[in-house]
Amino acid sequence: MEVPVPKERWTGSIGEMELGGSEEKGGSRSPLRLGGNRGLPFLSFEDPERRTVALAGFVADSLEDVPGPVRKAFGEAVNDPVSWAKDWTARGADLICLHLTSTNPEEGDASPESAADTVMAVLKAVRAPLIVYGSGHEEKDAKVMERVGERARGERLLLGHAEEGGYKSVAAAAMANGHSVIGFSNLDINLAKQIVILLTDFGVGRKDVVLDPLMAALGMGLEYSYSVNERIRTSALAGDSVLQVPIICDCTSAWKARESTDDVPHAGDTLERGIWWEGTTALAALLSGADILVLGHPGSMDIARKAVDGLRGDA
Amino acid sequence: MPTAIEIFKHLPKKNCGDCKYPTCLAFAMQLANNKAKLDDCPHLSEAGRNALARSSAPPIRLVKVGAGGDAVEMGDETELYRHDKRFFHPTAFALRISDDLSDRDADARVEHARSLRYERVGQTLKMDLLELECRSGSPEKFLRFVTRVAAACDWPLVLRCSDPAAMSAAAEAVKERRPLLHPADGEDLEAMAGVAKACGCPLVLADAELGKLADLVERTRKAGVEDLVLDPRPDNLKELLERCTIIRRSAIRKTFRGLGYPIYVSVPAGKDGMLMASTAVMKYGSLLAFEELPASNALPLMVLRQNIYTDPQVPIQVKPDLYPINNPGPDSPLLFTTNFSLTYFTVMSDLEKSKVPVWLQVVDTEGLSVLTAYSAGKLTAESVKAALDASGAKESARTGTLVIPGMVARMSVKLKEATGLEIIVGPKESSALPKFLRS
Ligand code: B12
Ligand code: SF4
Repeated sequence: MEVPVPKERWTGSIGEMELGGSEEKGGSRSPLRLGGNRGLPFLSFEDPERRTVALAGFVADSLEDVPGPVRKAFGEAVNDPVSWAKDWTARGADLICLHLTSTNPEEGDASPESAADTVMAVLKAVRAPLIVYGSGHEEKDAKVMERVGERARGERLLLGHAEEGGYKSVAAAAMANGHSVIGFSNLDINLAKQIVILLTDFGVGRKDVVLDPLMAALGMGLEYSYSVNERIRTSALAGDSVLQVPIICDCTSAWKARESTDDVPHAGDTLERGIWWEGTTALAALLSGADILVLGHPGSMDIARKAVDGLRGDA
Repeated sequence: MPTAIEIFKHLPKKNCGDCKYPTCLAFAMQLANNKAKLDDCPHLSEAGRNALARSSAPPIRLVKVGAGGDAVEMGDETELYRHDKRFFHPTAFALRISDDLSDRDADARVEHARSLRYERVGQTLKMDLLELECRSGSPEKFLRFVTRVAAACDWPLVLRCSDPAAMSAAAEAVKERRPLLHPADGEDLEAMAGVAKACGCPLVLADAELGKLADLVERTRKAGVEDLVLDPRPDNLKELLERCTIIRRSAIRKTFRGLGYPIYVSVPAGKDGMLMASTAVMKYGSLLAFEELPASNALPLMVLRQNIYTDPQVPIQVKPDLYPINNPGPDSPLLFTTNFSLTYFTVMSDLEKSKVPVWLQVVDTEGLSVLTAYSAGKLTAESVKAALDASGAKESARTGTLVIPGMVARMSVKLKEATGLEIIVGPKESSALPKFLRS
């Protein structure tokens, strides 16, 4: 019997973008191409072209917020962002996601210059493109991003993150030096649109924006994120041009969900469970529309890689 | 439901009014809006009734496995995306046990299945069925095995056996339990359908090609079996995602009856299996039969299922009230939290761990967590005061103080004004409460 091919009639597609600057463009790495999707994730009957999903390894320049199991997995390397980043690329990360938490005025208060030194050292040590975050302290981040942006000119970093309340400094740091920006919004499709509009009105190109709709972890609101991502992606495919940008999902929040590693009767080895907690969060992100995943544990990265290969039909 | 015009075509067109509506067309319009029942027209022809019953059937058939209270219902889904309304019947999980195991090993697997049980945010997460597989090739052995396990465990069952004779004997023995039979594929279709019909059991049809699967559906229905489940036999994640999506979409979007049934997925052991299972939970799987399910995988998978199948409009909540924990008295401290289930149960379990007697006031925030509720204006000095007044908390807890979540320290001044209580700012994370309360 003939089965009707139930293709959704999408009219839109996700914009293409590049991360990482090639030598031609003043950088030193081979760029990663993202986006271009014309259908829902991994449905080859809807969108036959094969797409990139990039997996980023989490690195921080201070250990304040780093979950224990993640530290352990990398051993000594976590004390030095350069070795940590190298370790990630050896384990197959496509990207490095570097958090400059040492700049937080309430903790290390490292200077913008020394933060920029760290970024340059990592750029020198690995060929993978870089995502760079500050410490989440608004005023300090403005200075840090400005300096990082200047020093890494041409490398086409992805700078995190711009929020409705304070997006101008990050956006300016990106625009002045050819980097791209993460627009963050809080689990809401309208807020997601809002931040893209604010950024583009400010002058950031649509091809320079990646959306972070906040990936809530398994058991910590995953159901909201799954549906918000899905709504953002279906609206984009249905023609809402504002939302036609790649999506980034940070899955490291999984380690903050206590059930991931607490002792629970009959719930098995805590490390193994924690890894799956992050891995399952990653899979939910992938199926709901993520183009970039940020992962903390190498075991979860292996799971995410297996998922991507399997869903693309490579495994 | 079909449109009023489509329904009207099948009505007697007598306009007699016996249905309590003046005309057949008026009756058709009520039917289309689900405001009348087909049976209200006493003059409907048999052919008309059948045609209407078929076209108004849900796009995905509801299939029940098991009998009695813990029977598993699957199918009857109406959405492709959960945000459009919700997903209704959570993916059922079965652990496979085969008849080549020793009695002891088989019992251990039943025990393992039972042990995968967790209380979470006020709900119980657990396995739903056992799948009993014939690997021995011996009908006698399979029959003995099925009878033995069925006597030891009253869960709903799947019988997995490709030999119709062996299946027939086993299904006959446990037919009051309404087991799901797996598989009927091309060759033995009629024989298996015969067993399902004779025992009144639902049946899984299996084929990797969806067109052939739809053919099997047609043949089986002709043989008189309607309660069907589809096994699209995926070998990898891509096949799983695509086949399940095509089945669900063609049923929902095209009302294609040939594939309008729940989906069964056999889950292999290992990482691949766990990824397939998680994908199937999100993408339309109705029943997963696990070759293995280690404890460390079970909890994440069951939480995923719980997350995906909650109603997007209604967070899981608890009743706003004053809760006594560890037998408090008038001198015990008073604390508050929100009525979001996750928040309440997290805080409650930390308080129980502390062994310190306390009163916990749960404030109605429409099921939002502390910070979310605060940001949304649902957790305010006024709403806290109202909750304390409604429950009479100040009469039960007489210390004149209130411990508040560290995340909302900002509320202190207003709260003091509103309630007249001394405010003590507690820790940000409730995991620090035991230490905090003891000092
Ligand atoms: C899931 C989620 C949502 C869901 C709602 C989930 C729900 N039912 O509550 C949705 C998508 C609806 C949502 C919406 C919003 N959200 Co929201 N959301 C989250 C998220 C991801 C998880 C929240 C959660 O479940 N936490 C788990 C529970 C258990 O935590 P909790 O209730 O705080 O309880 C802990 C502590 O407070 C403490 N505790 C609790 N009670 C007590 C009692 C005492 C006595 C003590 C001592 C301690 C204590 O212990 C608990 C365990 O540690 C967080 C980010 C994050 N990862 O935390 C953002 C977050 C809470 N949301 C935020 C915001 C701003 C919003 C919105 C206002 C944004 C918007 N879209 O407009 C809306 C408002 C809602 C509305 N208008 O209806 C912000 C809050 C910012 C701030 N610092 O105030 C957060 C922090 C995200 C962020 N980083 O920006 N959100
Ligand atoms: S009872 Fe039947 S035939 Fe009579 S008016 Fe109603 S629908 Fe028409």
